Amino acid sequence: MEAELVSRLANDLVWIRPELLLAGFALAATLVGAWLGDRVGGLLAGLCAVGLVIAAFFAWQMRPAEPQLVFGGALSIDGFSGYAKAVIALAAAATLLLGADHFARRNERRFEFPILIALSAVGMFVMVSANDLITLYVGLELQSLAAYVLAAFRRDDARSSEAGLKYFVLGALASGLLLYGASLIYGFTGSVRFDVIAASVADGGLGVMFGLVFLICGLAFKMSAAPFHMWTPDVYEGAPTPVTAFFAAAPKLAAVALLARVLYGPFADLEDQWRQVIMALAGISLLVGAFIALAQTNIKRLMAYSSIHNMGFALMALAAGTEKGASAALIYMTIYLPTTIGAFAGILAMRRDCKDVETIEDLSGLAQRKPWLAMLLTVIFFSVAGIPPLAGFFGKLVTFQAALDAGLWPLAVVAALATVISAAYYLNIIKVMWVNPPAPAFQSSGPTIAMTAGLATLLIFPVLVVGFGWVEQAALLAATSSFP
Amino acid sequence: MQIGLEHYLAVAAALFTIGVFGIFVNRKNIIIILMSIELVLLSVNINLVAFSSFLGNIEGQIFAMFVLTVAAAEAAVGLAILVTYFRNRGDIAVEDLNLMKG
Repeated sequence: MEAELVSRLANDLVWIRPELLLAGFALAATLVGAWLGDRVGGLLAGLCAVGLVIAAFFAWQMRPAEPQLVFGGALSIDGFSGYAKAVIALAAAATLLLGADHFARRNERRFEFPILIALSAVGMFVMVSANDLITLYVGLELQSLAAYVLAAFRRDDARSSEAGLKYFVLGALASGLLLYGASLIYGFTGSVRFDVIAASVADGGLGVMFGLVFLICGLAFKMSAAPFHMWTPDVYEGAPTPVTAFFAAAPKLAAVALLARVLYGPFADLEDQWRQVIMALAGISLLVGAFIALAQTNIKRLMAYSSIHNMGFALMALAAGTEKGASAALIYMTIYLPTTIGAFAGILAMRRDCKDVETIEDLSGLAQRKPWLAMLLTVIFFSVAGIPPLAGFFGKLVTFQAALDAGLWPLAVVAALATVISAAYYLNIIKVMWVNPPAPAFQSSGPTIAMTAGLATLLIFPVLVVGFGWVEQAALLAATSSFP
Repeated sequence: MQIGLEHYLAVAAALFTIGVFGIFVNRKNIIIILMSIELVLLSVNINLVAFSSFLGNIEGQIFAMFVLTVAAAEAAVGLAILVTYFRNRGDIAVEDLNLMKG
């Protein structure tokens, strides 16, 4: 009996080696950092980036054809979670690269930064593997608690503290909504396990519906879908820019993947009910993200509304309720991640007279001062605007296909209109860079920021365009192997 | 009168509503917001334990333990952020949370 338990535990531990690696790193790094102080900050960030890449490799390798339930069914290791984890880990590693130069030149390199990123990544890994409501909640909170601290990371700066405080208060409220929903779902289906919920969800009645709506509200907040987006612009503006890049990238994918897992797993039978909610969220996010961004002058706030707009596309794909929808959401997010990281690398390069500047006007005439940076940013913003042949176009294409195949053409029309409106502000940035009279030149940005911008742009064009078929296949396999 | 499941659910729903309103209506002090958040989480615990006892199923009580633990961690993080905010601003009034707008 005991020997059997031990062998089962050993077997389960093998399946969660990406999580174990990062959690082990975070614990060890906390000790080392407490002992040696901030001078090991750079070293720990490097180690953390390597650890994240290894974790991505492990996760990518572990994509079993059949979902593997470990720890008594608390976690499900399957193709979907493996794919999501690999992309999340790489995005988090890119954030560390962005942070390296930024914190070094401001002389505020701290050893806590990589530790918090690693813990947040572990939380996201648990989220995308969650197979019961308890794991879902714990993973979400692990990710969020690390994120609250990251937002307030610059602790002598009032704006950063205020961003952290706002994020904390509204994030805790969202967790409360999500938990209340989870408690109702548990009460009316009799279990927290996703497979048991799936079996009894059809006769759960109104209680389960209420619970599901609360749960979706909580998740919509975490992925900053309108109308739960109020915190996003303020937090994006106040948080240190590498942290903003982190918020805009990995946690979004984790939240979309978690939402897909919840909707397509336990609540697949309630598809007709939740589709209304998801369609409403998608439509409002698309429009809010497109219209309010037009009025922004601060580029970090603009990126916040841009991310809300992009979440609308991912939600539109999820609203389809088909395997194609789930894979389209994954593909969209896979392409969105390098795009947004590249854009933030460009924002981090905006530094003049030893001060970071962040209005769109500051980009005036960049093409004459720094033609390479202007080229990279042009490719990135053309891609977000969805202009072929850049990767962003293909991301939008698959979400439109998924929505139209499911007959959601009214939503697709809204999305098409919102895309045109959003193109206005993306193209405006490009116009400011190429046409406006040049402003004083930026300082040199440092090697890791330049490298990240270059890599992200290479991914947008041509890597993800040439390899699009491969990405599409991997995402479809992930969706079909995990949502039978 | 027999105290049944619905009575517990009603209390929990009332606490939840008070907590949510406490976060939005309160315009004075951030500490009150933290208290409201605790209220929301505790109302969820009442729900979970009441359902657990009603269903004769232990999962809800395990969930409640996790919620309590995470709520403690959340309060610690929230108060820490509040302290850094107070150091920067010298005040914790809700109306002053306005450095960023737009």
